[in-house]
Amino acid sequence: MAKTELYDITIKVNDRTVSARIPAETTLLDFLRDQGFIEVKRGCDKGDCGACTVIMDGKAILSCITLALQADGASVYTVKSLGTPQRLHPLQKAFVELEALQCGFCTPGMLLSAKALLDSNPHPTRSEIREAISGNLCRCTGYQKIVDAIEAVSKGAYR
Amino acid sequence: MSREYSVIGKRLPGVDEKDKVLGSTVFADDFSLPGMLHAKVFRATKASARLKRLDVSKARALPGVACVLTAEDVPNNESVKNVVGQTTEVGLLEAKHQVLVRERVRYWGEPVALVAAETPKIAMEALKAIEVDYEELPGVFDPLEAMKPSAPKIHGDNNVIASWKLRKGDVAKGFAEADVIVENTYRTPRQEHAHIEPESGVAWVDDSGVVTVRYAAQVIEHYRDIATVLGIPESRVRIIGTLIGGGFGGKEDVTVEVFLALLAWKTGRPVKLTFTREEMGYGRHKRHPYVLKFKTGAKKDGTLTALEAEVVSDAGAYVYLSPWVLIYSTVHSTGPYLIPNVKVDAYSVLTNNIMTSAFRGFGGMQMAVAYEAQMDELALRLGMDPLELRKKNFLKTGDVTASYQEITSQVRLEECARKALEALGPNSQPSSAHAKVGRGFACCWQSYGRMTYLHDTSNCWVNLEMDGSAVVRSGIPDLGGGQRESIRAIVAEVLGLKVQEVQVISTDSQVTPLAGTVTATRALYMSGNAAKLAAESVRRIIAEQAAEMLGARPEDLELRDKTVFCREEPGKKLALTEVIKQCLFRGRIPQALETFRAPFTEPITSDVIKDPVFPDFTFGAQAAEVEVDTETGQVKVLKWATAYDVGKAINLNRVEGQMEGGAAQGLGFGLMEDYLESDGLPLTWNLHDYLIPTSKDMPDIRCIVIESESGKGPYGAKGIGEPAIGAAAPALASAVRDAIGVRITHLPITPERVFFALQGKGGAA
Repeated sequence: MAKTELYDITIKVNDRTVSARIPAETTLLDFLRDQGFIEVKRGCDKGDCGACTVIMDGKAILSCITLALQADGASVYTVKSLGTPQRLHPLQKAFVELEALQCGFCTPGMLLSAKALLDSNPHPTRSEIREAISGNLCRCTGYQKIVDAIEAVSKGAYR
Repeated sequence: MSREYSVIGKRLPGVDEKDKVLGSTVFADDFSLPGMLHAKVFRATKASARLKRLDVSKARALPGVACVLTAEDVPNNESVKNVVGQTTEVGLLEAKHQVLVRERVRYWGEPVALVAAETPKIAMEALKAIEVDYEELPGVFDPLEAMKPSAPKIHGDNNVIASWKLRKGDVAKGFAEADVIVENTYRTPRQEHAHIEPESGVAWVDDSGVVTVRYAAQVIEHYRDIATVLGIPESRVRIIGTLIGGGFGGKEDVTVEVFLALLAWKTGRPVKLTFTREEMGYGRHKRHPYVLKFKTGAKKDGTLTALEAEVVSDAGAYVYLSPWVLIYSTVHSTGPYLIPNVKVDAYSVLTNNIMTSAFRGFGGMQMAVAYEAQMDELALRLGMDPLELRKKNFLKTGDVTASYQEITSQVRLEECARKALEALGPNSQPSSAHAKVGRGFACCWQSYGRMTYLHDTSNCWVNLEMDGSAVVRSGIPDLGGGQRESIRAIVAEVLGLKVQEVQVISTDSQVTPLAGTVTATRALYMSGNAAKLAAESVRRIIAEQAAEMLGARPEDLELRDKTVFCREEPGKKLALTEVIKQCLFRGRIPQALETFRAPFTEPITSDVIKDPVFPDFTFGAQAAEVEVDTETGQVKVLKWATAYDVGKAINLNRVEGQMEGGAAQGLGFGLMEDYLESDGLPLTWNLHDYLIPTSKDMPDIRCIVIESESGKGPYGAKGIGEPAIGAAAPALASAVRDAIGVRITHLPITPERVFFALQGKGGAA
């Protein structure tokens, strides 16, 4: 096998500086999971399902089709940045209270797409909510309670 | 009216939800061990062939490769399971499959070799270094072709591996009495489960030599399969199930566990294996496609007189659960209707397509596509309202089905259908000149609980701690539907606790009493009842102890908020902790292990089904409004409503979740999903070509939960997981029919099929 060239990168993940030496083809998803951020899920590895969604520089992106090198110097947030067991983020609270999840595998990505939406558009219509999460596949819920939960947060029902 | 509960029937969140939103749930692939190897599966790239040469020496020689296994290395490569209940007259008796291909390749993607290496990358390199030569053999890819005597044989000398029949009355007489007869052939797609979490797990040999597999398992009893393949005692294999990231039947048959156990056992090191999304497609079973030939007769007043049907399912290359799936099809083929004369012949046929097996609805939901389309077409021919026609024929409590089973619970179908239709609200207007709007609905029935001749049981153990909190052990896995939360809620209800005070340890084959599979819509019915029995036994111990202390009768005592008190004299009370302390002091341990047993029936001895097969049925209806673009054939779903009698909602939010999710999965089945193969070669590899509904494909769903409290589950609950999917696709097809005036008989209802149907070029009835 040919000798792999390695690159030094530094990414701020959930406000913690993470440095590593990686081959160029390493995806951001592999990088994050290798570094212990296992809350970022791998569903398809082709940018189809949205389970690996993270927020990078304010935008919801798919970490499985983003190279870790593209995130060098960037700030990345996973679902663990949202809330703590003692203090849930309003979206997390709404997802729990309204049961906007079943198996929970798409949930981390879904929450981050929802957060990116509400950060840029605090009062979306239901159709804007459906548009914003249309890249996050959920096979369990039919999306009804997810849309309800995001809408409830946008209307200030959960703080 | 029913009594007021403190936990049951509410919208209270459980405990697992919080971990899931925090990202703290450790799913199968999230778990790792030091020194862990990474596994990959080498798969065949022919649908029907003989393995002429397999050379893994170069792969074995690669630095970083720990192990490459072929069929030669597997102690018992043939896994054989008896599928109880099939007669000896047709086909194969046993659900046989080979762990790894020894000689004959029967489907594209069949596992040939296993690799374990230091990194996933090296494992991939090793796959590329494996050399293989095939001699291609003739294959058969159409189940109707495969039934012909001249067709190439997949196993043995008969491709028909199961056949079941219904025989009731005299169909010739029934059709002679009919004023209208409708005859159609329907086809249903090869649906992929498409759970978002891939099949995954980690195996290791623990410090007492037990082969341990931690993986996403719907059936922890597969430790027995591992023991068989490895040739070691069942007591030396342990399965630790995880919270499952969706399954729907996709994680019911063996997935990664046997491969993982083999590799860990051979290398002595921990090993991880996670299927790729593509591998989930070509390497895993699908929903059976069906060809459904239905002939239904009715009198002028709408009374059904006869049903004659031929049902053929494509079992793919291996038997798996096909004979059982086919029993479900046969029993459910009449729909929830009382028909005096019935003749149904059902066959399951092997082909060189990807194997098919369990999937939510398990052979029952495909039948609804046919029996409901037939009802709609009869109504049109008779000029009757479709609900009026159905009302004339709905099964009622006490009626006996064409499989000779008495309906013992309530049948609230008329209410379900009416409420679902009402929930659609005012009619929508077409959005353009070439758009047409239509509405439809469908009813369905689906059993819950396993077939009664399997003598199903579930165990559960409950214990009160000294502080009054409870620990529950139940083997039941949580498929993602909150099965564990239902157990928690039931125990909390019985013992008067908050759900947060009940810890449930589940899905560990050597730690939790076995509770059976999370399949067949049996988890709440079986394990919910077992948990209730065990909690009630613990409650009895507490009541007896407290009665002695209070000088009261045990039956007069209530247990709530960690206080035991007299119902009539609430001042007469004790702290639960005091009672527990006395219990322990006297060696009267507040714990119980209980077994719930489903009704047992005799094994089926004939292929004509003449005895009850299921514990009970769930009934429901769904209604849809669609807009069809007549220029493109595109169907847009505008409105949706779903109404089921769930018996009793243990948790309203989660019941609605099942109903909404079932509607979405059924809508996908009806509108867009089909795992396509061309002569066995898979064509839809990932989720960009195998499309499932997104948030934009789904309309808002109105949910109507009806509670007859007449089910066999705890508190009168029925099962809802599988029933929730049944009426979706026929409701959609009915709405499309209403919009365009043509019936699409071949699902999914793609733009192409609609377009050609409108041009009168097929797809229409």
